[in-house]
Amino acid sequence: MPDAILHCHSLGRTYQSGGEDLTVLKDITFSIEPGEFLAILGPSGSGKTTLLSLLAGLDRPSAGSVTLDGQELNSLTEDQRARLRAEKVGFVFQSFQLIPTLTAQENVQVPLELRGESNSRIRARELLGWVGLAGREHHYPAQLSGGEQQRVAVARGFSSRPRVLFADEPTGNLDAATGATIIELMVTLNRDLGTTLVLVTHDLDLASKAHRTIRLADGRIIADSAAA
Amino acid sequence: MTGLAFIARMAGRELKAAPRRMALLMGTIAVGVAALVAIRSFTDNLRSSVQQQARALLGADLSFSARQEPSRRVEALLDTLGRRAELARVTSFAGMAYVPRTSGARLVQVAAVAGRYPFYGEIATQPRAAWRDLQAGRHVIVDPTLLTALNARLGDTLVLGEARFAITGTIQSAPSEVGFRFAVGPRIYIAAQHLGATNLLGFGARVQYEIFAKLPSDVSAQQQADRYRKLLASERVRVRTVADDQRNLNEVLSKLAGYLGLLALMALLLSAVGVASAAVVFVRQRSESVAMLRCLGATAGQTFGIYLAEAAIMSLVGSAAGALIGVLLQRVLPALLQGLIPVEVTPTLSWPAIGLGVGMGVWVALIATLLPLLSVRSISPMQALRRPYQPIRTRRDAWWVGASVALAVSALLLSVYQVGSWRQGALFTAGVALTIAVLWITAVALTRLMRRRIPEQWPYVWKQGLANLYRPANQTATLILAVGFGAFLLGTLYLVQHNLLHQLRSTGGPARPNLVLFDIQPDQFSAIAREVSEAGLPLMGPTPIVPMRIRSVKGRPVSNLLSAGVGREGPPGAWALRREYRSTYRDSIVASERIVEGTWTRAAPAVPARISIEQELARDLDVTVGDEIVWDVQGVSLPSRVTSVREVDWARFEPNFFVVFAPGTLDRAPQTLVALTRIVDPGKRGAFQRQIAERFPNVSALDLSLLQEALERLVSRVALAVRFMALFSIGVGILVLVGALATSRFQRIREGALLRTLGATRSQIFTVVVAEYLALGLFASVVAILLAIAAGWALARFVFEGSFSLPAVPLAGLVFGVIALTVLVGLANSREVVRRTPLEVLREQ
Repeated sequence: MPDAILHCHSLGRTYQSGGEDLTVLKDITFSIEPGEFLAILGPSGSGKTTLLSLLAGLDRPSAGSVTLDGQELNSLTEDQRARLRAEKVGFVFQSFQLIPTLTAQENVQVPLELRGESNSRIRARELLGWVGLAGREHHYPAQLSGGEQQRVAVARGFSSRPRVLFADEPTGNLDAATGATIIELMVTLNRDLGTTLVLVTHDLDLASKAHRTIRLADGRIIADSAAA
Repeated sequence: MTGLAFIARMAGRELKAAPRRMALLMGTIAVGVAALVAIRSFTDNLRSSVQQQARALLGADLSFSARQEPSRRVEALLDTLGRRAELARVTSFAGMAYVPRTSGARLVQVAAVAGRYPFYGEIATQPRAAWRDLQAGRHVIVDPTLLTALNARLGDTLVLGEARFAITGTIQSAPSEVGFRFAVGPRIYIAAQHLGATNLLGFGARVQYEIFAKLPSDVSAQQQADRYRKLLASERVRVRTVADDQRNLNEVLSKLAGYLGLLALMALLLSAVGVASAAVVFVRQRSESVAMLRCLGATAGQTFGIYLAEAAIMSLVGSAAGALIGVLLQRVLPALLQGLIPVEVTPTLSWPAIGLGVGMGVWVALIATLLPLLSVRSISPMQALRRPYQPIRTRRDAWWVGASVALAVSALLLSVYQVGSWRQGALFTAGVALTIAVLWITAVALTRLMRRRIPEQWPYVWKQGLANLYRPANQTATLILAVGFGAFLLGTLYLVQHNLLHQLRSTGGPARPNLVLFDIQPDQFSAIAREVSEAGLPLMGPTPIVPMRIRSVKGRPVSNLLSAGVGREGPPGAWALRREYRSTYRDSIVASERIVEGTWTRAAPAVPARISIEQELARDLDVTVGDEIVWDVQGVSLPSRVTSVREVDWARFEPNFFVVFAPGTLDRAPQTLVALTRIVDPGKRGAFQRQIAERFPNVSALDLSLLQEALERLVSRVALAVRFMALFSIGVGILVLVGALATSRFQRIREGALLRTLGATRSQIFTVVVAEYLALGLFASVVAILLAIAAGWALARFVFEGSFSLPAVPLAGLVFGVIALTVLVGLANSREVVRRTPLEVLREQ
């Protein structure tokens, strides 16, 4: 599939646990088109987070391969993958994962600075404005509410104009109303910026907002709405 | 933006975010560096002061000194020199000074001056004209302490031997020497022309003859010295130049500063331990942020770089602050060492000292943080998605090995550099490493013990407190190290001082003599013995003393041996060849001696005479049992053979001898006698000295109690300086303690809030804290004191070569003090737990 932004083929991941092999993912194959919004759905322990970390190049697969924007991840060293992440990938996490010692603006600046962009400050302020946090630039994460923290995380996730944004249960730590706002924000940004969005969740409501859903159970794909 | 700029920016932000904790860490480094800079600056200033004042210390360009009157050959040589140079002579000896008006008597060091001495610098007197008028009559200028001791005043008559002098002034400042040369008695100056009248330079007197020369400006003192040195060596005359004096003084002072510097280094090493353990905690706390940065695309090298840069900035700022404090503190050191240093030290900025201190501070702190920081590289970006299921592992790769080796080598090199000796530097490093290792093992043992052995039936609050010692992210090791190291240092210093003083004081124990009468002529002895027995006092002795010199060793004449040597001090052991020996003869060994080689001979008169020689002397003269030494006893040649080598305990205030002859050979040689007595009451001791001074002007009385007091003052003076330097380590220890507690402060506040939510009272929470710190303080201080006892014993036994006594009560006091301090700091740190409402705390996270 030549146009795919992200493609995985026969992906598998096995962990060593107490001397035994524990297979978390097995034989996962699919592709994502640029600008697509994909939800990976499944119960706890189904392998969602493991799949996400393999797709984003945070972990190495035991079997199979991942190709991100034409780049085969297995062939890259850890530092090369880090550079690829800086160039092409964004993240939003369940537990926000803001750096507590940096202000909201500085947190948003980090990916831009890693890419070596010179106008990171202006861009960070702009993004914080978009997510409705103008005026809160110099607040530390501890001074923001959960919803506000996740908005900073979303701004950070989109700040470097990534080709793909990975979101791991982004509303898991938020109440329903705040969660809905965050998803709205992400969908808007997905549409306006053309960013490919890969969302991992066990929330059906949330998944319903995606263009496409892949269901996981016991480490395998049991349904793919695109194939249906 | 380049990678480096990103690293610098992130490091800056990190520093800004936790200013209080960073300030604490910087403070820790600053205290260590302050100690180093203070002692280094002081040493540098001392060195330049010595350089500036060396000529005034010698008082001349060149000096010749000897234990005997200059021979005709020496006089001829001086005559030649005197044609171009100006000469002055000073003859020094010990004698009894007696003031009839107050009946005060005291052993003094007399200096009889002829000529314009000193040529450089001045002897400042009160009144000012006194020194100029010294030669104008039978005047004496005295050390002010003598006036106090004899209850005398200016204008009083002072009797010295058979001559009477008017006290015309007191000495305000004069060239002096390091150490306690004048501990034996205060100095007094008279004109040399009246020396004969005292009649004190008779047989047996210990006299030092010194000739000072002021050379014309176009003559090099060093050239003259080199020219005369060899020639004069065979005449047993020592030649000194200003440069020699400067060198010797520098050596002595550098050694003193070197040892004090070790204490400064100890403070720095302790701060390195503090910084390293803070880095361990820091890495643990930052692991999620690191994982996050890795997700966002930072490389392992970049994340490591951020924290390394942070450590570098922190070390640099801390070291710079320390240098500033050190520069200010060095002003205290001259006051602390007053009486030990012969020059006036002017505190000036020493840039080399500052540079070296800052350099050492940055280097040590960076190397110490490097080890824990290396594990930043192994934090996986996966941690941002999942909490780590296993603790951060340290990758023992080439970097880790390299950093560990660099740390060990740095500590060793810095110690060696500080003390100027490989052996001592290595011993010091090993000692510090061992102490840290033992304390570390104690911490590990304590956590294991608490994990397994807390009895189930103990009250909950105690179990909870003790459990804090082994829970994840505990600070037990750091706390035990900080508390233990401080207690160890205090304990060791206390034990050394205690044992030195104890050794000095044991000399004054019951039945030990405390008054030495020497220079007794044999025909005076019976009269003196009568005086003593009439006063109801015990009399020990007499011990005969025969002055003699070495003529040849193993067939080689001393003049050959002395002129064969290279360098300004002559051959090794030159002192032994040059000195005047005051030997005795007896048929048995005494309590302070032990035969280490050969056998004690009590044989009848024999040729050659049988002698026993002290072991250090035997080594310096390179002789052993069976070797022959020929003595010059008042011009008569006396061959002898070594039959035994003795070890002598010189620390005992008893008549001890380098060379003891078997009876029979020396009995008829010209000799003086020494006798000892014991007078407990100081008043009676003074009265007895006066009585002897009046009736036997040539006999000197040395009050051992006064000597002991002078030595104790000296020990206390040094101890004060040592303790001052040790304060830095204690300061670092406290900062590390506070820092370690602050690190876990938030966690504790949260736990406290949770406990209170669950129904714990304030007093229960306090008990939890007390239990934890009580255990910490107890373990740390007890182990530290045990270590201190081991160190104190080793120092007393091998360095100070004395016996070891254990002051149990003060040490127990120290243990209690340390425990109390630990608990107090712990409680102070936990105030917030009870001050804030539980809800307020819990909502924060």
